[in-house]
Amino acid sequence: MRIELVKRPQQSAIFSALSPFLALALTLVAGAIMFSLLGKNPLDALYYYFVDPLREMWSLHELAIKAAPLILIAVGLSICFLSNNWNIGAEGQFIIGAITGSILPVMYPDFQSWIVLPLMLAMGIIGGAAYGFIPGILKTRFNTNEILTSLMLVYVAQLFLDWLVRGPWRNPQGMNFPETRTFHQYAVLPEIWPSLGRANWGFVFALVAAIIAWFMLSRMLKGFEVKVLGQSPRAGRFGGFSASRMVIFAFLVSGGLAGLAGISEVSGAIGQLRPSISPGYGFAAIIVAFLGRLNPLGIIAAGLVLALSYLGGEAAQISLGVSDKVARAFQGMLLFFVLGCDTLIHYRIRFVGAPTRTAEVSHGNA
Amino acid sequence: MGMLEAVLMTIATAATPLLIAAVGELVAERSGVLNLGVEGMMVMGAVTGFGVALTTGSPWLGILAAIAVGALFSLLFAFLTLTLVTNQVATGLALTLLGLGLSGMLGESFVGLPGVKLGNIDIPILSDIPLIGRLLFGQDPVFYISILLTAGVAWFLFRSRAGLTLRSVGDNHASAHALGINVILIRYLAVMFGGACAGLAGAYLSLVYTPQWVENMTAGRGWIALALVVFASWRPWRVLAGAYLFGAVTIGQLHAQALGIGVPSQLLSSLPYLATIVVLVLISRNRRMTMVNTPASLGRPFVPDR
Repeated sequence: MRIELVKRPQQSAIFSALSPFLALALTLVAGAIMFSLLGKNPLDALYYYFVDPLREMWSLHELAIKAAPLILIAVGLSICFLSNNWNIGAEGQFIIGAITGSILPVMYPDFQSWIVLPLMLAMGIIGGAAYGFIPGILKTRFNTNEILTSLMLVYVAQLFLDWLVRGPWRNPQGMNFPETRTFHQYAVLPEIWPSLGRANWGFVFALVAAIIAWFMLSRMLKGFEVKVLGQSPRAGRFGGFSASRMVIFAFLVSGGLAGLAGISEVSGAIGQLRPSISPGYGFAAIIVAFLGRLNPLGIIAAGLVLALSYLGGEAAQISLGVSDKVARAFQGMLLFFVLGCDTLIHYRIRFVGAPTRTAEVSHGNA
Repeated sequence: MGMLEAVLMTIATAATPLLIAAVGELVAERSGVLNLGVEGMMVMGAVTGFGVALTTGSPWLGILAAIAVGALFSLLFAFLTLTLVTNQVATGLALTLLGLGLSGMLGESFVGLPGVKLGNIDIPILSDIPLIGRLLFGQDPVFYISILLTAGVAWFLFRSRAGLTLRSVGDNHASAHALGINVILIRYLAVMFGGACAGLAGAYLSLVYTPQWVENMTAGRGWIALALVVFASWRPWRVLAGAYLFGAVTIGQLHAQALGIGVPSQLLSSLPYLATIVVLVLISRNRRMTMVNTPASLGRPFVPDR
């Protein structure tokens, strides 16, 4: 049997809408098979992964905490990917944003005022954007592959954070633990509804960023420019758009949003800097961006789904003794299925029986 | 064994996995497929090699299993990008993320266990030659395989008819198709060769370089291998030169850390990554040279018209 693709005359509207759901369904099936192989009851496992975390209010708040950085980063990545800029270093921009945002509470702990938090957020955005600027400027000035440079900078950022918390920024009263002093009250991102759960304003930032990005991409000339330059740089040039300015724009925006996610996570959910501040949000956000079909509103939903897989991973570890590493395998499978299902949008798939000799010949002549 | 000799030998051990993975990726890219999943295939090879060697007690079985798993894992990528024509960059990232996740899950019970080390070959008399004796005649067997692999790929690509066919597919898939060449089949084979090499490179890490399993133990080497292919302008012997350069940087910074010079160890650890960026900038700066060397159909999807 052979698989043949037949190009659709136009994109299939049905599959555009359905493909993320189809991919989710396929991931669940594959996940069920995986759990059976691990010797667990697949239905139990899927229940703990995808239903149990949704049953309690505090748990929904945890979901929002995990979803916030994923959505913030993925919204920025959607602008990058749509304009054909492959920023895969969001994890590094997240870390640098967390570091620059933490300068005030760590180095000037006596500076306590309501202005500290807004300054921290601004400095986080600037730090992330500046770190994103590096692969962007290298791409426009030196024609360097942005995929490789942005990824290499992730390792550099992780090592830099490691050095800071073990060296100059280590908490002087911290018994030599590799962590900074805990942030004072003015440096903590407040909770939205403290009586119900821990969710902080980071989730609101994520929703606002997604809505602004959606408005820009669908209603503004800038959004049109992003898409034109992504699909056909030549057509974009004729339209008077500058490809290299778009590269810088995409990297600054996505770096800035990743930086905001970083400082929000540190000042909201963690409260200090540690050697590791992200369970791979910068990479999981790539999956979120594609699952959301690079549409900021879709990304909100996709961010919640991926956040659920993190939470479910913790729940399943406690209830079933399944390793939390399973969640990351799940996430990887999900991206595969998303990409595979997206083929259905542009192509009709035909299964051709064992090819006869004449069919082969006519194919060769075609 | 003198100090210099020991350093040279460790440089070779640090360079070998980079070389093997990069040569495999080079073949895939010469056929026009950009597979960013090298890191994922490598880490799958590392966990497979370690696990099989541990359970069977034979490092060679571990290596064979890692090669098979690398090739099978790359088949996933090939099916999506070649048959379902998905975006190669995104699918390669997916392969890396899946590989890192799956290997973490599969290898969880291996963490902290002592591994099986593949021993060194010792050719009598020759290996006693001062300075270069052990370097050339007393290495682990995979070191020799990596050199033979480089020579074999160089010969195949530039001296054999099949290699010419493969390069033609990578340079202009439409013309190759018109000549009756089965573009998709050749790309499938090239991607699987790349996967097998990445699997071997991963097994080298967990069976020779540091015989143990640690999650994410590839630590970006798959990505450095990808950068090496660009650095080498898609030529096998230049990949070898690049891999040894990076091996030297890696070992140099390790020795500097051991000597305790007054530089933070994290800064030294980041040198290989920073060096990758610098090298990419230097090599990509000349746009015309890059244009001439890059396989013209690299990363472009191909759907045969029927």
